[in-house]
Amino acid sequence: MELVVIGLNHETAPLEIRERLAFQEHDLKDALWQARSLSSVKETMILSTCNRVEIYAAAHEKGKADPELKHFLSSHHGLPLDEFERNLYCLGEEEAVRHVFRVAASLDSMVKGEPQILGQIKAAYNLATESGTSGPLLNKLLHRAFHVAKRVRTETRISNSAVSVSFVAVELARKIFGSLEGKTVLLIGAGEMCELAARHLVSGGIEKVLVTNRTYGRAAALAQEFHGEPIPFEQISQGLKRADIVISSTGSSQYLLRHGQVAQILRERKQKPIFLIDIAVPRDIEPAVNDIENAYLYNMDDLQQVVNQNIKHREKEAERAEAIVSEEVVKFLHWHRSLEVTPTIIALRARFEKIRKQELEKTLSLHPHFSDRERQSLEALTSAIINKILHEPLTLLKQRGQDGVSDLYVDALQNLFKLSENPDETVAEEAKPEDASLKSE
Amino acid sequence: MDVLFFKLAALFYFLGTLAYLTYIVFLKKAFSKGALLVVSLGFASHTAALLTRYAKAGYLPVTNLYESLSFFAWMIVGLLLIGHLKYQIQVLGAFLAPIALIFMLSALALPKEILPLAPVLKSFWHPFHVLFAFMGNAVFALAFCCGVMYLIQEHQVKTKKLGAITARLPSLKVLDDLNYRCLTLGFPLLTLGIITGAIWAEYAWGRYWGWDPKETWSLITWFLFAAQLHQRLTVGWRGRKAAIMAIAGFLAVLFTFLGVNLLLPGLHSYAKW
Repeated sequence: MELVVIGLNHETAPLEIRERLAFQEHDLKDALWQARSLSSVKETMILSTCNRVEIYAAAHEKGKADPELKHFLSSHHGLPLDEFERNLYCLGEEEAVRHVFRVAASLDSMVKGEPQILGQIKAAYNLATESGTSGPLLNKLLHRAFHVAKRVRTETRISNSAVSVSFVAVELARKIFGSLEGKTVLLIGAGEMCELAARHLVSGGIEKVLVTNRTYGRAAALAQEFHGEPIPFEQISQGLKRADIVISSTGSSQYLLRHGQVAQILRERKQKPIFLIDIAVPRDIEPAVNDIENAYLYNMDDLQQVVNQNIKHREKEAERAEAIVSEEVVKFLHWHRSLEVTPTIIALRARFEKIRKQELEKTLSLHPHFSDRERQSLEALTSAIINKILHEPLTLLKQRGQDGVSDLYVDALQNLFKLSENPDETVAEEAKPEDASLKSE
Repeated sequence: MDVLFFKLAALFYFLGTLAYLTYIVFLKKAFSKGALLVVSLGFASHTAALLTRYAKAGYLPVTNLYESLSFFAWMIVGLLLIGHLKYQIQVLGAFLAPIALIFMLSALALPKEILPLAPVLKSFWHPFHVLFAFMGNAVFALAFCCGVMYLIQEHQVKTKKLGAITARLPSLKVLDDLNYRCLTLGFPLLTLGIITGAIWAEYAWGRYWGWDPKETWSLITWFLFAAQLHQRLTVGWRGRKAAIMAIAGFLAVLFTFLGVNLLLPGLHSYAKW
């Protein structure tokens, strides 16, 4: 049995394609079963988010499963295959395992390290188990994937740093004020930039929003949106005295806030710290304001610089995460292959044992006068011969199982000795107990 | 017996220091948990050392430099545990544990015999004087750590370098708040320490105040903290200035405690060794 991943993501397909292939939540169950009932497919799971549509499957043969799954995608969504075939990736075994691990660890995400994907993949897996389309192989694969995601989260700091200007602003505010709760933000300017930044702060816990603008009406309108308070532009000092965080984004061609004014305000508010964010270009706040004690001034470039540091940091962490993924892929593949070798060995032994028993019985029935001792030595002799014969090939097979090139040998043995009609059944049986233990983790 | 407990405590503090420093490097929860456990064991052992010595000597064991250092370290570790458990500031350990360890190691090098109590120390007021003074000192040690962390963190934020260090330190607000809390707690303790000391001096030497170096320096220290408190309440000396004052204040505390004993001759010099 082979693992197959077929799908497309934000890198391989434009939004127009992704949205047409996305699965609706209400018909996911049906879709899972439709895919599961394809002749070459034994287990299925569907991951459908705004950035990716992917089918994970366990198939008898990848060569047959690929076209079947492609056709299923096309017919299910009523989209001709040639419109999206070039956007698809069809991954088998090693590539498939690596892909699933990377997706779960958020290494394949648009923003590496973003945490939502793990929840989405868990939900997709739960639906597949509920619907009964998942099976031993996918169970094992997904449990390993969750384990990999956990390792990446705890062993690297990939998701620890903010990588957008707004998030950096919130993070900085937390470093200065501890928490945003009960804090007041003053928006200077009522433009879109101010609104956006304020929205992030408010969702971060800011309590009160003050808005000031040259045109009072626009300040009032924006203030209303945040249940805040408009302040006439002439009384900006009043606002500054009350605010913990100031976001300035006006079209002014010269500095609105100067060193002297901010220093004066800080004295008046007994040095209560103030965090000024200047996102206007040209700047609204004189850079020297940053030299005032308890005033922290960040402009657009400063924020961007922090973002860049964090991105660089993330990339470094991503490399470490990739190493973890590679390590886990090797482990998984090793497990998967050993599954195939073990039943082969068992079947081979059983086959030889059967022949031995049959032949021994024939001989013994021809010589009923044999004593118990003679019978026992015949038993021992035949057993020893079989063990000796099997020793070398089995050692080799077990060893190859670890090297990961056992497929050829297994295939040859299965054919040479006509070992079993359906080896996959044994694989499935073997996989079950391990999965039970994984689930209870 | 007490010295054995003391050595055991020093060993635990050493391990705890290592664990806290490892924690601050790797930021793995397991290390801070381990550090907390080890330091708690050390604290228990240290407490046992103090109690057994108290039982054996029959007086509060803070009569010579070995005992004082040990007592000082014990107080600091107590504050560390409070900071870790109550305020959840785990990195505090990486600063306080080494300070406690240094005091422990210095104490190890000093004579540890239990001697008959010097007549001048046989006073109802002496234990109170020492208790208040050292409680104040330990609180100021905590303020000192907060001050150092504040200056580092503030520098990072001001210069826009939000790297590995920023992630490891608490927010400016938390550090400044804790500094202020230490000030409001430490200052009354120091004041009480000086007052009880003066009363004791009246019994021991027949005068409340005699401008002995220890007395002079404790007064200087007192003025430093008084000034800090005053400025904070009136013109809002907080943040950076408060951090610098906390550091200066603790250095004055250290000099009053150790420098005066070791460098300047005076009535307190019985406590030299």
